[in-house]
Amino acid sequence: MDFTLWDIVRNLLTGLQWTLLLSLVAFVCGGLVGLLMLVARISDNTTLRVLSRGYIELFQGTPLLMQLFMVFFGIALFGIDVSAWMAAAVALTLFTSAFLAEIWRGCVESIPRGQWEASSSLALNRYEQLRFVILPQALRIAVAPTVGFSVQVVKGTAVTSIIGFTELTKTGGMLANATFEPFLIYGLVALGYFILCFPLSLGARYLERRLHAAG
Amino acid sequence: MPLVRVSALHKYYGDNHVLKGVDLSIEQGEVVAIIGRSGSGKSTLLRTLNGLESINDGVIEVDGEYLDAARADLRSLRQKVGMIFQQFNLFPHLSIGENVMLAPQLVKKTHKAEARQLAQKMLDRVGLGNRFDAFPDQLSGGQQQRVAIARALAMSPKVLLCDEITSALDPELVNEVLAVVRELAREGMTLVMVTHEMRFAREVGDKLVFMHQGKVHEMGDPKVLFDAPQTPELANFIGSVA
Repeated sequence: MDFTLWDIVRNLLTGLQWTLLLSLVAFVCGGLVGLLMLVARISDNTTLRVLSRGYIELFQGTPLLMQLFMVFFGIALFGIDVSAWMAAAVALTLFTSAFLAEIWRGCVESIPRGQWEASSSLALNRYEQLRFVILPQALRIAVAPTVGFSVQVVKGTAVTSIIGFTELTKTGGMLANATFEPFLIYGLVALGYFILCFPLSLGARYLERRLHAAG
Repeated sequence: MPLVRVSALHKYYGDNHVLKGVDLSIEQGEVVAIIGRSGSGKSTLLRTLNGLESINDGVIEVDGEYLDAARADLRSLRQKVGMIFQQFNLFPHLSIGENVMLAPQLVKKTHKAEARQLAQKMLDRVGLGNRFDAFPDQLSGGQQQRVAIARALAMSPKVLLCDEITSALDPELVNEVLAVVRELAREGMTLVMVTHEMRFAREVGDKLVFMHQGKVHEMGDPKVLFDAPQTPELANFIGSVA
């Protein structure tokens, strides 16, 4: 069976859609879980702080590939059937949340102590301090590194090809085997990732400059 | 019955014994100036009065609110004790009006329109009523510090703590802030200030507290103590800053 260039591109575009969808899911779910982890990480409850610290260290200190295997094969041990898509989404969510929580913690800690002290002195409780004084300021600082990290998430989705999730890299692998043109195919795959990531990098740099200029 | 009563207050930072049994009582309407060398514990003492620093032993009472090493209802204590900082610490993402409105809305559940009126009144009081929508970074240091005073006053505190509030200001801006403080003193606000402004302490203060090595070393009428210090340490200190 012969493949025209259009056949190749068409199939890669389908794979690209799954890469994009997986990235979005990982980023949105990872962001939500990351926010919970952040709140736990900076809470005044020691147990919560230790637990979230352990969570962050665990997922930052192990390869994404191993996390993926643990989710994919681990959940199956309990007799639950996990699809490659489900395992990929869960593993990437865990990975993303750990990194985002840590990035955001850095942003929160860069807010001067005086802001905590002034809001304490005005009798605000911890939730009110975070919600109305600290997080609005931290958010401004966090936008650029968060968008920057999204590039890592997009590229990270490539490892899910190993458990058989047919995103861009897996699609490329199958096409390369069928056409015997690995250089062309993987070149196009790389281009696909670049098309997703480059605007994000540009966006992050733009935001960094704009927020820097704003003081 | 004094408004603020501190007894046998002890505070450690690790092995460092920074407050070694402080006793102090402050009457309603009194203006207390705390002076002393850096490291004497004067700022720490001030910061224990609204629970910014925990204490290891002793008791603090402010207008019926009771605080010791084991328990503290900081939310109600802090509604009675306002604080102004050396570095102003305004919230940079809010306009100065919103800076003043925030705590009454959150803590006292004041409605927005009412909080707005209150904020306008407080800003008028410190001479910045026409800058309601300005942001902190558009103001001079002296103006920012006056906003910080308005923000504290909006919570109608019983006592106002001032932690070296003119130390970060350019010399020509010091007086506009001191003028506001002088006006508060005249209106009968109870003030506890850690300060390096000796002339101001002498002129406005009702009581001078000289902290030395974690203790109240000398205490009394500033007009008397400045002219006739009873201990060589205070004499030395006055000599070194005059």
